[in-house]
Formats: sequence, C-alpha cells, structure tokens
Amino acid sequence: MVEHGDIRVVHRGGIARYCRFLCERGIFCCCRFLLCGSGYEVKVFSTSTEECIHDLRAHTDLVTGVLLRPSNHLQAYSCSTDGTVRLWDYTDGILIKTYVIGYPIYSIYTSANHSGVLFVVTPTSDKRSEFQLVAVHLPQSGDQLVEAREFSAVLSDVSSNPAATSFGRGGEYIASAKGLQLEVYFFKKQKFFLKEDNKKGGKNTFTCLACHPKDDCIATGHEDGKIRLWRNFNHKKEYTYTTLHWHHSAVSSLCFTPEGTNLLSGGIESVLVQWRYNQESQRDFLPRLGAAITHIAVSPDGALFCTSHSDNKITIIRSSIQVSAVIQGLVKGDSVRTDLMVDPRSKALVLNGKPGHLQFYSLQRDKLLYNLDIVQQEYIHQSGLEQFEVVKAAFDAYGNWLATVEERKQKPTELELNLKLWAFDEQTQSFMLNTTISAPHEARITAMCFCHSTDSQTTVLVSVSKDGHFKAWQLAPATHTEGPSWSCDFVGAYHSLVPECCCFSADGSLLAVSFQEVVTVWSPASWELLTTLSQPPGAIRNLCFGQLTCSKYLLGTTDKNLLCCWNLLTCSLEWSTSMDVSLLLSDPFSENMAAFCCQAGCTDLFVFKPSEPRPLFSHKAVCLGKVTRAVFAPREKMLESCEETSQWLNHSQLYFVTQYMVNTQHNEATWHYSREALKNMGLCIRIFTDTFLVYKSVYRLRWLMS
Amino acid sequence: MASFKPTKIPIYPKLGEKVTQDTVYWKNYKAPVQIKEFGAVTNIHFSPVAPHNYAVTAFTRIHIYGPFSQEPVKSFTRFKDTAYCGRYRSDGQLLVAGCEDSVVRLFDVSGKVALRMFKGHTKAVHVTDFTSERYHIFTGSDDYTCRLWDIPNATELNTYQEHTDYIRCGVTSKLNRDLFITGSYDHTLKLFDARVDKSVITMDHGQPVESVLLYPSEGLVVSAGGRYVKVWDLLKGGQPLVSLKNHHKTVTSLCLSSNGQRLLSASLDRHVKVYNTTNFRVVHNFDYAASVLSLALAPDDESIIVGMTNGVLSIKHRKSPEESKEVSHQQRRRPSYRVFVKGKNYMPKQDDYLVSKPVREYLTKYDKHLKKFNISKALDSALQRKPEVTVAVIKELDRRGTLKNALAGRDEKALSELLHFITKNMVDFRFAPVLVPAANMILDIYRSVIGQSPVVDRQLLYLQDLLQKEINYQQELLDVLGMLDTLFASSVPRKELLCLEGMNNCTLG
Repeated sequence: MVEHGDIRVVHRGGIARYCRFLCERGIFCCCRFLLCGSGYEVKVFSTSTEECIHDLRAHTDLVTGVLLRPSNHLQAYSCSTDGTVRLWDYTDGILIKTYVIGYPIYSIYTSANHSGVLFVVTPTSDKRSEFQLVAVHLPQSGDQLVEAREFSAVLSDVSSNPAATSFGRGGEYIASAKGLQLEVYFFKKQKFFLKEDNKKGGKNTFTCLACHPKDDCIATGHEDGKIRLWRNFNHKKEYTYTTLHWHHSAVSSLCFTPEGTNLLSGGIESVLVQWRYNQESQRDFLPRLGAAITHIAVSPDGALFCTSHSDNKITIIRSSIQVSAVIQGLVKGDSVRTDLMVDPRSKALVLNGKPGHLQFYSLQRDKLLYNLDIVQQEYIHQSGLEQFEVVKAAFDAYGNWLATVEERKQKPTELELNLKLWAFDEQTQSFMLNTTISAPHEARITAMCFCHSTDSQTTVLVSVSKDGHFKAWQLAPATHTEGPSWSCDFVGAYHSLVPECCCFSADGSLLAVSFQEVVTVWSPASWELLTTLSQPPGAIRNLCFGQLTCSKYLLGTTDKNLLCCWNLLTCSLEWSTSMDVSLLLSDPFSENMAAFCCQAGCTDLFVFKPSEPRPLFSHKAVCLGKVTRAVFAPREKMLESCEETSQWLNHSQLYFVTQYMVNTQHNEATWHYSREALKNMGLCIRIFTDTFLVYKSVYRLRWLMS
Repeated sequence: MASFKPTKIPIYPKLGEKVTQDTVYWKNYKAPVQIKEFGAVTNIHFSPVAPHNYAVTAFTRIHIYGPFSQEPVKSFTRFKDTAYCGRYRSDGQLLVAGCEDSVVRLFDVSGKVALRMFKGHTKAVHVTDFTSERYHIFTGSDDYTCRLWDIPNATELNTYQEHTDYIRCGVTSKLNRDLFITGSYDHTLKLFDARVDKSVITMDHGQPVESVLLYPSEGLVVSAGGRYVKVWDLLKGGQPLVSLKNHHKTVTSLCLSSNGQRLLSASLDRHVKVYNTTNFRVVHNFDYAASVLSLALAPDDESIIVGMTNGVLSIKHRKSPEESKEVSHQQRRRPSYRVFVKGKNYMPKQDDYLVSKPVREYLTKYDKHLKKFNISKALDSALQRKPEVTVAVIKELDRRGTLKNALAGRDEKALSELLHFITKNMVDFRFAPVLVPAANMILDIYRSVIGQSPVVDRQLLYLQDLLQKEINYQQELLDVLGMLDTLFASSVPRKELLCLEGMNNCTLG
C-alpha cells in the first residue's frame, strides 16, 4: 500500500481482495462453514446465509491453501507463500499457532494416518525440478510461534498445482501427477511406483487427480477432457485404467465424495458432472454455472458440494445437484472494456461483469447487487470462440436510461455492433430493454455520452465512431401501437476526419466532439457547428468540460503530451501545460478534475481546478502501470475536511483500475507459480490484469482495520 | 443456475406504410366494382337526398346509378355533343348539364327530355350549378363568360365577362343565394356576388384552375390547378392559406370527406390522395389504373367513386362491420371463454397471502435442439419456420462456430430444401448478411459432389443466375445514387461552406 499524508490507496475486490487466486481452496467444515483463501487472508463463510463470518488475517503474502486439521475438525491449517503455516480456530476466528517453514509454500496436504506431519510443496534449489513435496514434522510446543526444522523430502519434481497431488486410502499412499507422469508413493512399503502415461497425443497431460477414499483407485483429469481411473497399481506393469470422456476441454478439478460413491468433475464448460463410481455411464449434470470451474470441494459428510469459479464466485450445491447458495464477489471478467460508471440511482459502480453482462457493485456495502444481462444470448463456454462483449455503456443524469454497445469481431472485416437502450422500470427496479439498434455505425464506437442537462425535456445520446461520423439519438414519443423508442436524430461529420471523444457541457447546451486535432463545439438544440478549437500538435486523447463554476472551461489532452484548457466564452486557449496525461476526468460533484500521467512505468495523479493550472494535490507513483479507467463516486456522507490537499475528497471518492497488478505481490515466485499453473491446468486460471484500487482518505481505512 | 436463453429473433423494421387510424379507415373498402362508360368520365355528382343516386357524366351521356346498382338506373342521352357537369339540385329533383354545343339543359330526374334549354353561350359549357335558393342556374363557358339563368322563365339574368380564358370549374354557395365562385384557365379564381354584378374577390392560383371546392362552413376555398392544391381563406379576403404539391401531374378533382376532416384530391398521375385538413399532410393514398378525372365520395363515406380517362368508373364500397370482422369468424371455433377463466377469476381476500406460480418457460423445437447442441436438427426444424426465425438460428449457429457442421452431411433432399430457402431469401437485404456466408459455406462443402444430382445442380444454376441479377441491380442503384449525389452537390449553397472554412482558418490562425 502506498502511503502519503492521510490519503491512501486501498485495494478492493469483493471475495478475493487481490483478485489473483480467487477462492483458492474452498473446504467445508460440518456443513456450516466454508473456508477459502482470498488474497492475504482466509475467509470463513456461512453456507446457509452466504455471509462472510470471519476474515482470518495474519499472513503477509498470498494464502495458497487451506486444510482442516484431521485430528480436530474445528481447526484448520492455512499455508502461504510467506513461508508460514498457521493453525486457526475458525469458528471464533482465532490464530492458534504459527509454524515457520522458511520457504514459500504452494500447497499443503495432510492425512489422519500421519498425525503431527504436514506435507507441503516448496520450491527447490535443484535445477532439474522446480518443486518438491516435503514432509514437515510439527514440533510439539506450547508457543504461539514455532519454527519447524524437521524436513524430509517425499517426492521431488512435483507440480505446484494443489489439485495435482492427493492422499489415497486414508493416507496409505500419496499420488502426484506432473506432465505426462503419475507417481504413487506408498508409505508402508517405502517404494516408488513410476507410471508413464501413453505419449500418443500431446494433449493427454495430467491436469488434476483425486484418490478414492476406500478403493485403490486414482482418478486423473487430462488436458483433452478425458478422465482416467487407474487401478491395480500395486504391481509394476500390471496397472489398468478405464477412460471416461464427457468434457470437451481440460478437466480442471476432480473430487470424490467421502463415501466414494460419486466422482465430481468440472472444467471450462462450467458444467458440474457427477459420475457414479463403478457405473460410469450414469451421469448427472448441473449446467450453466456461469464460469469455468476451477476447484471442487465436498463437505466431510457429503451433503454439500462447492465449486469455485474463474469469475470470483463460489457456488454451494446440495448433493441432489441443486444450487443452494452463491457467494459472489466483484465479478472478474476478462477485461474492463466499459468505462467505470456510477449508477445515479443506486450509486453502484457499474462495469463489465460476467461475459455479456454489466455488474452493479455497491461500493458502500462492498457487495455485488446484480448482473444485468446485456447480450441476452446463451453463453457458449468454448475457448477460441468470439463472443459478444459489452464495450461501452452510459447512464443518463437520473439513471432512467442506460445505453450499451456490444460488439463481436469475428473477422477483421466483419464487425457486429448493437446499440441497446434500457429504460429503468420502477416496478421491477431494474433496467428493461427498450430499443435495439443493430449496426448503429459502420465502425467501432469510440465514445458515447448522454446529455447531462437536468431540465431539458428530451434526452439525447451521442455516439462517436471510427467511421467518421457522430450520431445523435433521440427518444421518439410513443405512438398508439408502440411505446417510446429511440431513433437517430442527427449525423454529424467534420471534414472527413475521424472523431475520437465527445463530451456534453454541464448544462447540456454544448457538445464537444474531437476530430483528431480539432475540437468542434456543436449546439445540441439546432445541431449547428458553433466553433472549432485546435491546439496543434497532436490528436485529442481526452475531452472534458469543467463542472459547476468552472463550466465555461473545456479541457483536452493530446497525444503530444499537452493538457489544454479553453475558455468557451472567449473561444481561446486559457492555459496549457506539458504533461503526458493518459486519463482525464472531472468530478461531477465539485470543480475538481483528476489527471493520471504515465511516467516510466508508474502513474502519477494530479488533482486541479480548471480555473488555474496549479495542482491542488499531486501524488507521484500512485501505482504501477497505466491507469485505464477511473471514476468519481459520490460519498454517502460528506466529509468536513479543511486540509487543502484532502479537500477534494470531501464530496467523492476516486476509484481506478490499472493495467497490471500491484507490484508488491509480483515477486519472482508467484510469477513462476502462475505460469506453471497455466501450463498444467490449461485454461482454468486466467490472469486478471485489472486490479481495483481505491483512493480514499484515512477515515475509511481506519474503519477497515477495526 | 441460469436457465437456457432461447435464440433471440430480431424484430425487423416493417417496410412500407405505417398503420395509422387513417389507413385503417381508408383501407376498409371492398374490392372496386368497375363499370365501363362510353368515354372519359368528367364528372360525378351525388344526389343530396336519399337514396343518394349519383349522376355520372361521360361522353354524350349522363348515367344515374343507384347506391348499389351496377347498371345505370336511368340515363340521359339527348345531348348532341359531349355533355359536361351533370349536377343535382339540392332537393334531388332536377339535374342540369352543360354541353359542348353551348346549350345548357335542365332535366327532371324522372323524365327523359330536357325541361328547359338555356341558349346564350357561344362555346362549350363546362360548368353548371344550381344556386342555393333553387330557382337560378349558374353556368360557366369556354367563351370566357359566366351567366346566371332563371329556371321558370328560362331567361338569362346576368352575364359576367371578367375572366380572360376558359372557365372550367365553379361552385355555388350553399349558404348564400347570391355567391358563386369560378375557376378559369386564366389562373384566377373569382368570387362573384349577384347583387353587385361583378366579382368581389379575385385569387391568383398560378396555374389553370381545374377544380374548386367550398368548405361546408364556406370560410375556405380549395382550388386545384397544375400540380398544386391551394387553400384560400375567404374571410380574410382571399388570402392564401396553404399550397400543397403532392401530385406529380395535374390535379383534376377535389372532394371532402363527409365529416369535413379529410380532403381528397385526384390527379392525372393516377393517384387519389387524402389530406388531413388540420395540418394538410397526406395521410393516405389510393392508386388507380388510369388518370383520374373525377372523384366523389358518397355521404358518410359509404363509397368512393372515381372516373378515369379510359372511361372506367371505379366504385369502392365500404365494408360493413360484419365484413371487416369476417377474418376472425373464419377461424376455428375455440373453447368458450369459460374454459379459460375457470378458477382464474377467483378474487383473493384481503388477508390472503398470494403465492405466485412459477412461470414455466417453453422452448421451441429448435431451441431444444440448440440446448442439446444438436445443431443439424436445430437447423432442420428452423427451416420449417418463418424466414426471420431460420435466419436467426443460422446466425446463432454461426456465433457458436458450428454453422459449417450444421450445413454439412446432408443428402439430396435436405440439401435442396436448404438451397431452396437460400435462393428464396438471399436477396432480401435483411437476411443477406447472414445468408451470403452460409451460401459460400455450402458451396465449399458440397463442391466435390456437384454434378451428381440434377435437382441440386438446377438450384445452384438458379442461384448463380439470381446473384448475377442482384449484382446488376445493385450496379444500377449505385449509378442512380451517383447521379443523385451530383444533383445534391450542385444544390448545396456554396456560401455556408466558405463561411465554415473561414471560421476554421480563424481558429487555426
């Protein structure tokens, strides 16, 4: 976290605070609690109410695994890349013990047969193998902080993927898969059985495995979607296997129910498949779970299953294959392509969520309100398939109208565009589709905004496209056969230049559209070109009108590192300064404007008023990488801060999304891990490149800490 | 777990006219009855009294038709030359008509021979009418004069020699016995007052006036001449109110609907247009086979009667209320209303807690197949549906990336069915973006089997033919567009552009 004065950056993101490894391992305890590692902490959820009961915080790095203590089911171990294993009483949320291992830990295993021993996966210094499985003998000591020193290597060269190693038959043997190789280690006989998988196709690498709790049977998932059940592996060379095939792409997780009667599998198809053990032709399906399944866990009594998904979600499923609860954080999409927006009604943050959806995320309650289905098509879970994506969205001043643009680019020449307008329905308290305009422009829409005036009768939407035109859309009154709908009112162009940004003035009387190096100012009342402003050199990158008392100013940034401020009363340049602004935005609740400048891989933040070119507040290196989206969100309660540097946060908070993750978690080992995981698990982990950062004052932070 | 989202069928914009109250009203006529007359039908006039017979003036005859008769109930044939302007008196007893031989004849509707012959005009008389006190006749002639006649004495009362060209239309006031309006080929309309022996108001129409019409309130006059229909305000001394230019040939006849809310104009361009009299917008349009010369509406708009240059009289009767609902009666008898409301009209009591029934969603056949990824079956079942649905399913298959698989592996019958659909709908611009890639795919897939089936080969040849035609058509359209562009470019005022550029220079400088 970056510290400066009393203003700090806070990371936000729902369940998984750091959005890296989401619900790392969901595990159940007596059907009432669900534990999952989330960022630097372990979260305890109630399975019935979906509420988070405890945040178990003590780790100083990513939590990589959570495990119940076999001897006491009210306690749980958690391991982290900070090199510690911690023992928790999760019902009360108390840290009992900390075992210092000294090496980053990537997964943790234990069994009832081996009391006092933990099996952990740590990186090796050996060149040939990257990771090894180590047995750690926990010293019996009453101290809170214990250093474990007794290590013995069990398997060398294992996968760091937690799903690729498992104990079988109550701890008699341990099986581990890596690449094309499955290793089984029997503790009693102390000997190795090495298995080579058939190497016919290149796609049958192991992705995960699960051992049957009663039988000598290992189920392995493969890259090509097959599941193999291995038996008879006691004797070298005489092992047999049967193949089950339903998944069309890599199996990402496998799990046996505690009695061993059923096998659960999941993958990118987002379908949970339940296979009957020994009657494999009988299958049960739970389709359309929303996103790729990354992990499956079963409660010790077998009554509940739980799947974690790649979109930051945990689904709790009854053993009758019915969804009983969904724990959803900020939905993790592939990327945030819409602007960050604040819904004027609910004050919720709105951005891309599930594929083809917009998510409404309440900032005050830190909770997902709902997902709005924009595309309204069945999502086909298949890699490499071009899907419709919501790329632009805009709200009008009251939140009565929402405009969205979805696009799908199959071939470079074929671009499918849809502009949809949604009306807020008081009865259902949600947005209802009003008008669909297919192919509103011939090329990609680069900007879209509603007229913000609060007193005008008609609502105007302006969309700007790469085809060289901007179009104004207006609500046509209802006819006797159909309700009001939107239609094109005006098509504007300027010297066949390509427009880039558009912006309405605060009172809605002026529209500014930038055409490469020229800013054109139009009157929305008559669609007359009023004036043109230009400040060579450089194409306009951002355009923004001043708010409130500064509404006579129009600000623009160019790609030749210039920030210009025009006075619209005199139609002349008021001031300009040289800075490489990547994002400029105005606070609708005050005169302030924020500019993010990208310099040497870091982003600096400047806050200023358009009336004078002197920053009110500046912050060097707010974060790494480029800030791609930002928004001012209103505060629930206004602050009364008098300090000059923090006054700009009195009315609103600044939220922004960056291109990369924050650097502090970006050390060498985690990189390694993710790449390795990607290699082994195929598609089940996607790196989330957009991280939430929140700019807010210390008040909020103190509340978070308490 | 979300439920399966069915394929969305896009709603395409409806082409053609919009359905308004007016179109509903004016379309509610039966198929026209066509009667062949001996020559061009120049005038149609309805009797003001029931049963509202109408007099049709064509060539040397005037035929009287009953409201539903297809044969003339009576005809007046004692004209030496072409007859003009047969008009009823307000009591429906007498009929007056002009003639090419300059004699004006007055008939009793029950007799055959002319009761009176008014001689005095020196050229053909095209306009005749009764004044509102019923004992005078007003006539207008090609000798540039209009005259007033006394019926009992058959004498000429007055002559007005103000026009300088043929007088081809005129109408008398229904409210004032002394007023009448004439329209002439000298481009003027004149309002005459019999009390002052000269015209009181002159209005310049700008074109030879073909028809003139007085509003029932007689505050407004409508004149037709050239391509224009003009409305004049008499109370403001003949001030022009509106000028309508909706026809592209000379407007020949005017008439008002029975409630006075709609104005109809007929023209040589074979159209009859209906205007709203409050905003003078065209609200409906009738097409006819030949140039329309005369037009009349029966009282209560019961029928529209149009006479054309080829001598055809077209009569459209309004559908009776039963007939307009006929369509619904033809349908299969449905279970009675009681069956549907059974148990549903139970009113909950005040304290009852209502549990809403979960709505079960039914999937169509193709959606069921799509849900199970049976893509070929989905396409097959969609082919049985409307083209909008089929195209939506093809689009959905394309989105799933499985269109090729769905199209492949078909036998002769299935393939020819598919090709039949494609050839039928490919040139429809709404479906072309989806169907053209699909047709390409079909050609790619089945290239190796071309020549094995005569049925498929014929269809492929037809498809080729169709595409060639479509390409030629598009080419022609582009040519027209290019021509239009040059026209528009030359009509854009040059000044504005200069001004814009000037402004631009200023800001740049």
